[in-house]
Amino acid sequence: MSHDRPTRSGAGRLSRSGAGRLSRFAFDAGGIVLAFVLTTLVLVAAKAPPLQAFYNIVLGAAGNWDVAANVIVSWVPLVLATSGLLITFTVGLWNIGIEGQIILGGVFSTWALRSFEHSSLDPALILSIAVVAGMAGGALWAMLAGALKTFGGVNEIFGGLGLNFVATAINLWLIFGPWKRPGVASMSGTLPFDPKLWLPTLTPESRLAPASVVIAIVAIVAVFALVQGTYFGLRLKAVGRNPKAAYVLGVKTWQHMMAAFALCGLFAGLAGSMQVLAVYHRLIPSISSGYGYLGLMVAMLVNYSVPLAAPVALFFAALNVGSIQLPIVLRLDSSLAGVLQGSLVLLVLLAKGAKERLLGKAAK
Amino acid sequence: MTNESIILAGLAGVLFSAAPIVFAVIGETISERAGVINLSMNGTILLSAMGGFAVSLGTGSLMLGFVAGAAIGALVALVVAFASITLKQSQVAVGFVLTLLCRDLSYFLGNPIMGATGPRLPQLVVPGLAQVPILGPLFFQQDIMTYLSFAIVILAWIFIFKTNAGLELRGIGEKPAASYVRGSKVEGLRYLYVAVGGALAGIAGPMYSLSVKAGWKGTISGLDGIGWIALAITIFGGWNPIRAALGAWLFAFLQWLGLVLQPSLPGIPSQVLQVAPFPLMILTLLLVNVGNAEWVERSLARLPEKARKRAAKLLRSMRATPPAALGTPFEKD
Repeated sequence: MSHDRPTRSGAGRLSRSGAGRLSRFAFDAGGIVLAFVLTTLVLVAAKAPPLQAFYNIVLGAAGNWDVAANVIVSWVPLVLATSGLLITFTVGLWNIGIEGQIILGGVFSTWALRSFEHSSLDPALILSIAVVAGMAGGALWAMLAGALKTFGGVNEIFGGLGLNFVATAINLWLIFGPWKRPGVASMSGTLPFDPKLWLPTLTPESRLAPASVVIAIVAIVAVFALVQGTYFGLRLKAVGRNPKAAYVLGVKTWQHMMAAFALCGLFAGLAGSMQVLAVYHRLIPSISSGYGYLGLMVAMLVNYSVPLAAPVALFFAALNVGSIQLPIVLRLDSSLAGVLQGSLVLLVLLAKGAKERLLGKAAK
Repeated sequence: MTNESIILAGLAGVLFSAAPIVFAVIGETISERAGVINLSMNGTILLSAMGGFAVSLGTGSLMLGFVAGAAIGALVALVVAFASITLKQSQVAVGFVLTLLCRDLSYFLGNPIMGATGPRLPQLVVPGLAQVPILGPLFFQQDIMTYLSFAIVILAWIFIFKTNAGLELRGIGEKPAASYVRGSKVEGLRYLYVAVGGALAGIAGPMYSLSVKAGWKGTISGLDGIGWIALAITIFGGWNPIRAALGAWLFAFLQWLGLVLQPSLPGIPSQVLQVAPFPLMILTLLLVNVGNAEWVERSLARLPEKARKRAAKLLRSMRATPPAALGTPFEKD
């Protein structure tokens, strides 16, 4: 099976005239406007007041410091996942197995914490070991999908999907089996760790750990530097554009794909690790919380551009957090956030296609 | 009940619970045979399950529920077709977006009917045949959609491999340029088959919400994930309806086995046994695909003549090669 590889748009590369730029902008803006129109129609169909719904999402995401902090808490794993995916997209791979890689990151971090919890090591050292373990877990799971792809001929989408289910099973087995709470196992996860093994938060009540925010910012900057500023990044792009041509020109194709998988796994594992160390302080069944799939959406919406990924991830995180109160305030399901996110990605994608078709290939 | 009748009832249940997966897999097989991957399967099944249930609940008609499901499936598939055939965008990208969008739409729009008790597809015992020992309880005490799931496998196989239209379908997925030269309307036919495939997948939705897992329970409906399974089984089935259906039945059988073995394996939580078929699925995908890998051919070449022939024959028997033009847009020039 082959599928279209994502290509980065070099906007304005060929046609630089003002009118051309304006009409291209009109298509992008049109896609975004249509996404809001579609979501409004969905709200009307559900007999809900659209303006009130949007207003409540804004309130839920920016109404006070607590919810704003929660947006940042949710932005960290999303931007980490997106950072990793930007590397695999660069080399032309659809790393749909990222959900499993996040889960394995959480599992390996929990494993490290459990192993050293009662040792005399310094808590900061234990936390560092747990972060490294989480990254290793994510990379390991990603390289499994990579090995299936390069040595087994299994398309990364199907290998990755299968591995996602296996990762879920491993996680559940640990929570309900070997790592279950004393007494009775439950869906609320393993027993919380000693607070000295929590990543320090801003205030004791807050879930916002400054260290995790720093890690997320470093991650996205590192990916930008890697893709835009290194020969390695250039070779990844070459493989992504045309693997056969890259191979003929001496770029080791499968080694670069494998490296991209491993790097993406590191970031995904880091996301899972942060969920365990900074947010939940234990392993829970839904440790990945769909951040991997959402990361795929962010990467598609920004058309694989690294600088745009961070702000768009912030917007998506705000939608997720902002919609949490919808069931209580308006009796609407919180999946409205997903409807708006999906509409945005779909219509921006369709607008891009329409732009290319109507303005010619030059508009690409 | 005797041991024998318990096992027979279990196996009949396997055929019953695999029926929606059969519909979805046949739909995806037709779409992919035409050269278009419809990755939206998981969202399609959820949205058509919710939509079909809502329509049946509102109208009291089971028939209209299935029609609504098919219409939703066809509509979602047409978005994939429009984006990929007309606008030349990545099929995987648009399919993935639709997967998540349709899932969230189903949860959002289905919120008011959550937990409602709706109509349910009745059992339809075939007079006479139902009394045949073993075969009767297995095949002839099912509901109408399960019977149709048997029929659709055979019809799809005959259509794809034994009719001129099926030859044309395979042509536009294998060598669209050659088909175009011979006079096939490649793009129009791709639209048609993607829509037909989507409609079949859309029927799988109401088969759950009106029969196999009757009702709509939002995120705990237990339907999230089935579409991904259907996509994997399509590959396992090597784009052949009969092999694809065998894959669906095997999957349902393994899940049933997991439930049956549960009491004798107290250390393993039920959630783990529910996903037990997946490692096996990956393994079979590996077996099906490994023959296509380059290093296998290279290492085969080093084997002695006799062993090489035997190994090559074994690999070829398991191997599945996708339609050559799968996933690529068709350009006339």
